[in-house]
Amino acid sequence: MRVLPSGSAALLVELDDLDQVLALYAALCVERPAGVIDIVPAARTVLLVIDPAETDLAEVGRAVRQTRPRPNRRAAGELVEVPVTYDGEDLDEVGSLLGCDADEVARRHTGEEWTVAFCGFAPGFGYLTGASGGWDVARRSSPRTAVPPGSVALAGEFSAVYPRASPGGWQLIGRTELAVFDLQRDPPALLRPGTPVRFVDVGRS
Amino acid sequence: MNTAAASLTVVETGPLTTVQDAGRFGQGALGIGRSGACDRAAYRLANRLVGNDDGSAVLEVTFGSLVLRADGDVVLATTGARCAGTPHNAPLTLAAGEQLALGAPVTGARTYVAVRGGIDVPRVLGSRSTDLLAGLGPDVLAAGDRLPVGHSVCQMPGVDVAAVPEPEAGELVVQVQPGPRRDWFTDDAWASLLNQHYTVTAQSNRVGLRLDGVPLERTSTRELPSEGMVRGALQIPSSGTPVLFLADHPVTGGYPVVGYVVDRDVDRCGQLRTGQTLRFTTRQLGP
Repeated sequence: MRVLPSGSAALLVELDDLDQVLALYAALCVERPAGVIDIVPAARTVLLVIDPAETDLAEVGRAVRQTRPRPNRRAAGELVEVPVTYDGEDLDEVGSLLGCDADEVARRHTGEEWTVAFCGFAPGFGYLTGASGGWDVARRSSPRTAVPPGSVALAGEFSAVYPRASPGGWQLIGRTELAVFDLQRDPPALLRPGTPVRFVDVGRS
Repeated sequence: MNTAAASLTVVETGPLTTVQDAGRFGQGALGIGRSGACDRAAYRLANRLVGNDDGSAVLEVTFGSLVLRADGDVVLATTGARCAGTPHNAPLTLAAGEQLALGAPVTGARTYVAVRGGIDVPRVLGSRSTDLLAGLGPDVLAAGDRLPVGHSVCQMPGVDVAAVPEPEAGELVVQVQPGPRRDWFTDDAWASLLNQHYTVTAQSNRVGLRLDGVPLERTSTRELPSEGMVRGALQIPSSGTPVLFLADHPVTGGYPVVGYVVDRDVDRCGQLRTGQTLRFTTRQLGP
């Protein structure tokens, strides 16, 4: 564990891998150090944002080092099924990266047990990891300026559904009609950390 | 004054006016950022001048030119960038039918308009702030909008004018500390960061200030897995020139953060205009 400076109101804790991140995040959620107002897990890091009126960075750094990680990474919540039309613009490119054809990409993607590891980038944007661990897809060399909402995508070890139109560098393999972020719903984010996810191929219309 | 809820009608908005409060807290793990007022000190002062609770919603007016009409008797205060044509850092009363007309700001970019009782639009995910990057919160104000005003239970502070410094007119100097990825940059790059007079470009907004200067050299070209950040982060994209993140910054970012502007200095960065220069120092400034 490395504790890195992040200004006068936050600390960035860097870990070796995603499992360590989730274990520390799980522990910090249960025993949140006093004065910490937000905790943001990511691929290799956990950001702790503090209220400087209530604590200081040295104190929070000590508390983090003394936190015992909770490594049993269990899926939480009900399975979310995401209906997908696998006709993404980068489907063939992903196939060549994974050494298979487009149909096989869809078969592997629907056959995988996905879990939301963490969120970021935009409201409701979940980073999903596969139980098989066999995903490693390079990002596009040049990001798109506009990715349509509902795009189903891959990058690195992760899969995701774009909640709204935004720029993005992930490889697009399909699209879904499911609204993964909807303010009329409580909670608005469908894909929250720990949520198990399965993609379902609904064919090409 | 009667007890019926007052309201304000927007007659003209200027280039950009949004509703802002202290922001959305504790939802970073869902990809939801804090947002809120860009100049938090000016935001807090505006609420205090009209006797509001700390978290009340105000208007953030970018480059002035907002015109409001009071639909009932209201107490207002403007803080931040001083606009021609109205008292500043001081409470003022408008009777029903009277207007507040902000001219262009003298210095600075953002003026805060607080109304006693607060702007009482519905909260979205715990806040009335408009997050322009995430597309959350109330819509950007448009002419003809009617803004409900809440009730305040706090006493008026009995202040005529608050003595606060005006936003910087020339070069702004702020304190910077090494960030989490300082070691991704050469020592020469760090020295360059501290020696340059960066120019604020026109691509700047509530998300961040895009700065123009000599590109910083990295020690490594590897890809950074996205990581969490807060306002004040100096992120260095592949162009090598910094983006200084403000209120609507993304929750996570995939470019290395070389340094952080200390939190209390970020408010003044939120008042910078296109073409102004910004310098970073490691020395502590002020008291």
